Amino acid sequence: MVNAADPNAIRAVRAIIARAKRWDLFFALLGILSLMVGVLTFSVLFLDMAIQGVPRLDLEFFTSFPSRRAANAGILSAWVGTVLVMLVTALAAVPLGVAAGVYLEEYAPKNWITDIIEINISNLAGIPSIVYGLLALGLFVYYFGFGQSILSAGLTLALLILPVIIVATREAIRAIPQSIHEGSYACGATTWQTVRDHILPYSSAGILTGVIIGMARAIGETAPIITIGALTFIAFLPTAPFSGEPPAGLFDWIFAPFTVMPIQMFNWTSRPEAAFTVNAAAAGFVLVFMTLAMNGLAIYVRYRLRKNIKW
Amino acid sequence: MKSLKIAAVVAAAFASASVYAQALIKIDGSSTVFPVTEAVAEDFQKAKKGNVRVTVGISGTGGGFKKFCRGETDISDASRPILKKEMEDCAKAGIKYVELPVAFDALTVVVNPKNSFIKQLTVAELKKMWEPGAQGKITKWNQVNPAWPDAPLKLFGPGADSGTFDYFTEAVNGKSKSSRGDFTASEDDNVLVQGVSRDNNALGFFGFAYYDENKGKLKAVPIVNPKGKAVMPSIDAVMAGEYEPLARPIFIYVSAKSMDRPEVREFVEFYLKEGGKLAKEVKYVPLGAADYKHALDNFSKKKTGTAFGGEAEVGVKVADLLKRNPKE
Repeated sequence: MVNAADPNAIRAVRAIIARAKRWDLFFALLGILSLMVGVLTFSVLFLDMAIQGVPRLDLEFFTSFPSRRAANAGILSAWVGTVLVMLVTALAAVPLGVAAGVYLEEYAPKNWITDIIEINISNLAGIPSIVYGLLALGLFVYYFGFGQSILSAGLTLALLILPVIIVATREAIRAIPQSIHEGSYACGATTWQTVRDHILPYSSAGILTGVIIGMARAIGETAPIITIGALTFIAFLPTAPFSGEPPAGLFDWIFAPFTVMPIQMFNWTSRPEAAFTVNAAAAGFVLVFMTLAMNGLAIYVRYRLRKNIKW
Repeated sequence: MKSLKIAAVVAAAFASASVYAQALIKIDGSSTVFPVTEAVAEDFQKAKKGNVRVTVGISGTGGGFKKFCRGETDISDASRPILKKEMEDCAKAGIKYVELPVAFDALTVVVNPKNSFIKQLTVAELKKMWEPGAQGKITKWNQVNPAWPDAPLKLFGPGADSGTFDYFTEAVNGKSKSSRGDFTASEDDNVLVQGVSRDNNALGFFGFAYYDENKGKLKAVPIVNPKGKAVMPSIDAVMAGEYEPLARPIFIYVSAKSMDRPEVREFVEFYLKEGGKLAKEVKYVPLGAADYKHALDNFSKKKTGTAFGGEAEVGVKVADLLKRNPKE
């Protein structure tokens, strides 16, 4: 028992508090420093690119095809290619990833097979992307005969981000209070009814975040896309829906040859003329902006969806 | 009456099909040949007003031949002649081809602008620096030539996968791919430019276009040719046949099957007619006018096969190459 009036005891307690506070401050500083390493590195790189590239950005840059003359060269085929590949990726990866995540959380029996599947999914997220590229080259390009097309590229990137989406889906579902589950089952709902009416609506914000994080990773991928045969010079756009060779359909473009933004950028950086470096910086700025825009959209949608949830 | 209507619809469909069926020419291969092919493809598509589509990829000379011999591409860009192994692959798949030289690249040896003691280099001196036996032993400039200072020798060159490396080692060390391994290698020539421009004791080599674009940061070294004359790399020197042995021809290989398609034939003819002018624009060296004509002649006669027989060669005249009877 410390005597409250004993000045020595008070001093000792104060010393302990002061030491604890010093540690607190030290740790906060360390945290800020660690954060700055990432933020500052990115800021410097981004600013450097922006200063070089932004003056190059005009409407013509977005509406011109690549060219041997740096001043005429643009990113039309690259950004259209990137958008279309991302579209295929999202259409393939989101239903598969969400369904797999829901199955693992809600339906899968807890046994060793499920455990093995879970471990494998976590491992898949760490596999180098070039391995996916080689798998896709054999499977999609040659075995299924999709060729060097937007479809092959989109499916390859879908494989790449599938683990990210599955893991995000499961995390989002686990964040839902157990009482919601139990309440639903107590009212006599089947598992599917529970999933449809409760689990999916409440977890959609988290799932969406995962999807966007995965897409943001996929948009910058170069290695697997080059492996499956993306091109470097392409001065035409994929066939628009219903305008191709009869019988023209809505999805003719998925078999079109293509290029994507990172490849266009890389090609420009490896050119001898310094003017192409400016083009590369401008393309890089657009690519980072696309990624940031996707993240921004994710934050906004998550905010909107969260507002509608009332437990 | 009804059948007539159906016939009309079918006919209309076919008529529109011929409008829609846009011809596509697929090209892949060497990154060295890429700038020339890209320039030709760009102008050809403009000349055809978008009715013919051309795609150009960069898989490297070897990667390009892999696709070419699988029948996936119509034309393959190559910075070296086709090798025996690749000839066999093509033969197995029944792919015949016409080999066409389209331009020269001048391999340029560069040093830092502050380097004042190098006035010229002989092939023997280059060999002393680059041969496999030099690894770990030749580390100072005065070991190559006693007249040079006692300063560290820092070497920069393209990676072992590039055709530039293959040709340089063949020309200097007498055997393709045989070289010392302890030099700074990069597949990106701009990295080599940076390296040599920042190090006073550096020496490196790469394609002429990269030197020409960075003349302020680098100093090109005249190379003593077999006739004993030191020659600075330049478009004129290569055209005059004086920049030897580091001027190398670059090629396109056209699949014989694709030659039956009029758009491919037209494209190659366009390449051989306009290629010289466009090559010069992207800092490559055009062949002589007679050589382009000869190549065009070989093309129209569909002379299939390679003039090299699967072996690398240094210092052959393009005119002599074109006269040879190609082997398959």
